[in-house]
Amino acid sequence: MGLSTFKGGIHPYEGKELSMDQPVTELMEPAGDLVYPVSQHIGAPAKPVVAPGDHVLVGQRIAEAGGFISAHVNSSVSGTVKALEKRLMVNGSRVLSIIVENDGRYDAVPGMGEHRDPSSLSKQEIRDIVKDAGIVGMGGAGFPTNVKLTPKDENAIDYCIVNGSECEPYLTSDYRMMLERPDEIVGGLKIMLQLFDHAKGVIGIEDNKPQAIKVMQERVKNEPRISVQVLKTKYPQGGERSMIYAITGRKVNSSMLPADAGCIVDNVDTVISIYRAIAEKTPLIERIITVTGDAIKKPCNFRVRTGTAYQELIDAAGGFKEEPEKILSGGPMMGQAIFSLDIPVTKTSSTLTCFIKDEIAREPETPCIRCGRCVSVCPENLVPQMMMDACEQRDVDEFEKLNGMECIECGCCSFICPARRPLTQSFKEMKREVGAKRKKEAAKK
Amino acid sequence: MKMLNVSSSPHTHLRSFFGHPEPNDRTRDIMLDVIIAMIPTSVYGVIQFGLNAFLVLIATVAACVLFEYWFEKVHHKPLTVGDLSAVVTGMILALNMPPQIPLWIPILGAFFAIVVVKQLFGGLGQNFMNPALAARCFLLISCARFMTNYSSPSFGFDSTSSATPMAALKAKQGVDLMSMFIGRVPGTIGEVSKIALLIGAGYLLIRKVISWRIPVVYIATVALFSFIFGSQNLSYVLGEVLGGGLIFGAFFMATDYVTTPITPAGQIIFAVFIGLLTGLFRIFGTGAEGVSYAIILGNMISPLIEKSTIPVAFGRTKKKKEAAAK
Repeated sequence: MGLSTFKGGIHPYEGKELSMDQPVTELMEPAGDLVYPVSQHIGAPAKPVVAPGDHVLVGQRIAEAGGFISAHVNSSVSGTVKALEKRLMVNGSRVLSIIVENDGRYDAVPGMGEHRDPSSLSKQEIRDIVKDAGIVGMGGAGFPTNVKLTPKDENAIDYCIVNGSECEPYLTSDYRMMLERPDEIVGGLKIMLQLFDHAKGVIGIEDNKPQAIKVMQERVKNEPRISVQVLKTKYPQGGERSMIYAITGRKVNSSMLPADAGCIVDNVDTVISIYRAIAEKTPLIERIITVTGDAIKKPCNFRVRTGTAYQELIDAAGGFKEEPEKILSGGPMMGQAIFSLDIPVTKTSSTLTCFIKDEIAREPETPCIRCGRCVSVCPENLVPQMMMDACEQRDVDEFEKLNGMECIECGCCSFICPARRPLTQSFKEMKREVGAKRKKEAAKK
Repeated sequence: MKMLNVSSSPHTHLRSFFGHPEPNDRTRDIMLDVIIAMIPTSVYGVIQFGLNAFLVLIATVAACVLFEYWFEKVHHKPLTVGDLSAVVTGMILALNMPPQIPLWIPILGAFFAIVVVKQLFGGLGQNFMNPALAARCFLLISCARFMTNYSSPSFGFDSTSSATPMAALKAKQGVDLMSMFIGRVPGTIGEVSKIALLIGAGYLLIRKVISWRIPVVYIATVALFSFIFGSQNLSYVLGEVLGGGLIFGAFFMATDYVTTPITPAGQIIFAVFIGLLTGLFRIFGTGAEGVSYAIILGNMISPLIEKSTIPVAFGRTKKKKEAAAK
């Protein structure tokens, strides 16, 4: 029998060998000011609860959730609030941020770091702690985790999935976590299972990480409710829909939540954060970041406090071997290109990938020859070639008719296209247009 | 620091990563694969049919490339000769020519293929008919006498010995399957040697330039049609499969990206459709052969097939239900 996987997908160059064998290095004493944008998650921006001049402690809440789908922001250092001003974020926009001057003492809020027995907590207490800790999906989307852990019908949930596939090229932070902190991953998953009585826990890992599979399998041997599922190495295996399909055989579309298919999916880092919030009384104030790419002198994995400037990470990795032409926050398939390193680490940052050459800049687009490769790689079973025609004619209705909104923007079609058409890029734009149109229509009603 | 490039993801392409600075998956590389796949049958054709076959090949390819260059130059369009698609068209057209054809005929065909069918409709990717096939059909109608004369020095010039196996099958005569498989029969330059064609087809399949769907379904449909409406005789059915341009057409012409459906289900429907047409033309038509016409007609309904076979998106159920729910 073949390994579990999904239909379609691609095999990009993995690039993981650069940093996969580098143990996580502590980079917990940031030199510059810390920057905390109030929008590090999907949903309403958080509302600052501190003012310039206030003194804050490590773990102290400095902005609170601004709605149901929103998340608190906690300070990762102790020091003085210097300013509330707009700062550059990964997506190129300027977002209201709380700037904290680090006093270097790392005084924590009382009780932080103390051990707590998860089994003594009720379900509601667990959800409240997760909310207070400001935990969001750390795989990139940033969906508030407490909301995810509160589905309509908790008895309908029969799978809690830890996404350890890390299919995006160059990323190695989840891999390092599975090797170095398996206890926390399993601990976090057990807390999730405490919330869902009928669920079993599955840790999904791609077969290009045999060591991580071994470590995790060893660790779950005596856990009756938890198993490790080995998945075929293929991009985008770690996409939520592909993951759920590979493990459960269930299909989720854009109008559904994973919970509608009885699944709760969280990535490795998120599960660790849950564990730390519950068992160690520590909110989400740090994360693991891979700094890699051919332009970096010493590619490595760092443990950093949120709010640290990207520039500090680059410096800690020995700086640039050669001037990069392109720097990505994330990997080459879905990462965002950034034009400045004066950007803070947020809850959803995972990797800084620096390339000497921007490999897509030099290739001209040629006419589509309708080879159909985009159709065969699309994990959503779409016809990118026809969707692209709709984009070029700015035909919103046709785009919707072709199920364009099901596109997960994984980039497979653009990756494979021999004519180098900007398929994914155009779909992202078109999806925004459709979204705006739908909003307008909803407003009319 | 110098300016950083910013663009929307993805930031990488197939086979263009470290150590592979030159991408080798572009349109040009696909065309090159198709050219390589046609080399065995071209070599066989030249060896069997001699000098004129060689000249036809050279002249047709050269004419296609020159017409494309000339047209784009005159109309100030970007020059696309480098993508090798004109070479592919030229080769397919030449391989569809009888071995003793006067050279001006394929050159006229090249003009029709490149200028009329391809460029006037907008160039690569825009033509709704396979240019080489359209040109062949055009020549079949306008120069029928030359186009159906398959006599050649290798088989003698009298009409009986130069009757193609297709004509023999039509007359319900027996055929020698082995020589049909190897190619020791009269026919067009590139269609005769099935073994050489299958080597090329295997290469295209391994390189994933084409999928099995259209060729396999097409050939199977023709075989079934021949069995039902022709004769319930294995050597007759095999003769229909190996005869004429079916193998060449199925692997090299019916798989043309531009003029066939892009959807997997559409490709199956397309293949069944042209299979039925081919069987119809061969068994009930006046001529002995029908592959070219069948594929051309298939090309014309491709957009229609494509529109009605858009796959159901992952996680979605049949469209109609959803529409009804709304």
